[in-house]
Amino acid sequence: MAGGMKMYGKHRFPGRLFIVEGIDGSGKSTQLSLLQKWLEAEGYVVYFSEWNSSPLVHDVTKRGKKKKMLTPMTFSLIHATDFGDRTEHDIIPPMKAGAVVLADRYIYTAFARDVVRGVSPKWVRELYAFAVKPTVAFYFRTPLDVAMKRILGGRDAIKYYEAGMDLGLSDDIEESFRLFQSRIIDEYEKMVDEFNLVPIDATRSIEEQQAEVRRIVSGALTGTKKTRIRKWVDLNSLARGSRI
Amino acid sequence: MGRFEFFGEGLPDIDLAELKGKLIVLEGTDGVGRSTHITLLKQWLENHGHAVLDTGMTRSALAGKRLKRAKEGHTLGGITMSLFYATDFADRLENEIIPALRAGFVVLTDRYIYSLMARAMVRGADPEWLHEVYGFALRPDAIFYLRVQIDDLVTRVLQSTGFDYWESGMDMHMGEDMYESFVRYQKFLLAEFDKMVETHGFEIVDASGSVEDVFENLRDRVDRVVARNGY
Repeated sequence: MAGGMKMYGKHRFPGRLFIVEGIDGSGKSTQLSLLQKWLEAEGYVVYFSEWNSSPLVHDVTKRGKKKKMLTPMTFSLIHATDFGDRTEHDIIPPMKAGAVVLADRYIYTAFARDVVRGVSPKWVRELYAFAVKPTVAFYFRTPLDVAMKRILGGRDAIKYYEAGMDLGLSDDIEESFRLFQSRIIDEYEKMVDEFNLVPIDATRSIEEQQAEVRRIVSGALTGTKKTRIRKWVDLNSLARGSRI
Repeated sequence: MGRFEFFGEGLPDIDLAELKGKLIVLEGTDGVGRSTHITLLKQWLENHGHAVLDTGMTRSALAGKRLKRAKEGHTLGGITMSLFYATDFADRLENEIIPALRAGFVVLTDRYIYSLMARAMVRGADPEWLHEVYGFALRPDAIFYLRVQIDDLVTRVLQSTGFDYWESGMDMHMGEDMYESFVRYQKFLLAEFDKMVETHGFEIVDASGSVEDVFENLRDRVDRVVARNGY
C-alpha cells in the first residue's frame, strides 16, 4: 500500500517552493522568470512548474474547453487533476531532492476562479488539501484597469473560459472579462490573510518589484542546496557585466 | 420536497426537488457479475415500462477515453488517478445521471463513488479527503453490494478474462506475481466495501450462486425500490 497522503502544511522537504499569483496582466510571469534567472545564476537547482502543464490531462482540458463541455464542477476537477499530476511528478520529487521549485499560478488561482463560478469555497479548499504549502506565495496586486491595458494591448484574443463567458455575465467578451476579473480580484483579496499571501504592488516598476521579490526569497533560502557547476547563463551574464 | 440529497457540499445550481427518478447502484469487486446484472435489470425494467439509463465508470464524454488511455501508460499517481476518476464521475453525474433523474428515469449505475473511494484508499488516498471530494455526489436510493468470497472471485476471473494489470493492483507491487497481487488487492477492496456496508447503507446481495438466483434476488429488491412512492 502507498504511504499516507500528506496534507497542506504537513509536508517536510529540504526544497523550497515559491509561487506567484495574480490576475492576467499583473506581470507575475515576468517577475517569476526574472527570479528564475537570478536563482540559477546564484547556483541553485531550479525547477519550473507551470499551471495547466500536465501532458496527461492536457488533452481533456483542451477538448473540454474547445467544445465548451465544462461545467463549474468539471472545470474545477479537471484542473485539480492536472494539479495532482504536477504535484506528484513536478513538485514533490524536486522538493525532496532539495531543489527550488517555482510555480506560475498555484491552488489560489483555482480557489479564486472556481468560487467565482459558483463552486463551494469549502469544497474547493478540501479538494486541494494535498497541495504542498508554498514557502512564499506572492500575490501581484494590480488594479483592474492596469491589467486590462496590458492584456488588450499586446496579446491574442481573450478566450471563452478566460473571460468567464460560461458565467453569462455579459455577451460582450471584453466586458465579461472585466467583470470576471474584478470578481477574481475580490477572491484574491479575501485570501491574502487566509493563506498569508505576500502582496506585491504590481503598479511599481519591474525592477522595484523584482528587488522586493529577491529580498524576500533570499531570506527564505538559508540552507538550500546549490550546484557546484555554475550554468552558462550565469557566465553569460557575467560576460555582459551584469551584477544580478 | 425531493428525496435526494448530496453527501456533502453539493453541486452549484441544482434543484434537488426536480429529481423524480430513482438512482440504483450496483457495487462489488471486479468479476462479481455487475455488468451482467445491469443488462438483465435494464431489460426487465424496460419490459415493465420504466425508462432506464445505465452508466458506469470511465464512460464520460469528457474524460472517459483519456482516462482509459492514461491507465494504459501506468504513469498516474494515486492522487491524480483519484481526481481523474472524480472528474469523469462529475461529468456523468451532471450530464447523464441528473438529467435522467429529472426526466423520471431509473438510473442503474455499475459502480459509484464507493468503488472509486475504495480504489483510491488502497492507493494511499486519505479517506476523509475522499469523502469531502465526493461531497457533490447524490445519495442513491439503494446500493446493492454483490458480494463473493475471495476464492470464488479468483475462480471467476480465471474463467473469464484472466488477471488484469489494474484489477490486480500491480501498480502498487502488492505481490510477486499477478495472482498474489490480485488476491491481496481484492482482499483489501473487499475489506473496504465491508466497512461501507454500515456507514453507507449497502444491501448485501450474495453473488456466489447462479446468475439466475442472484438475478431473482436483485430483481425483487430493485422492484421494491422502484415501487416506492409514486411509481
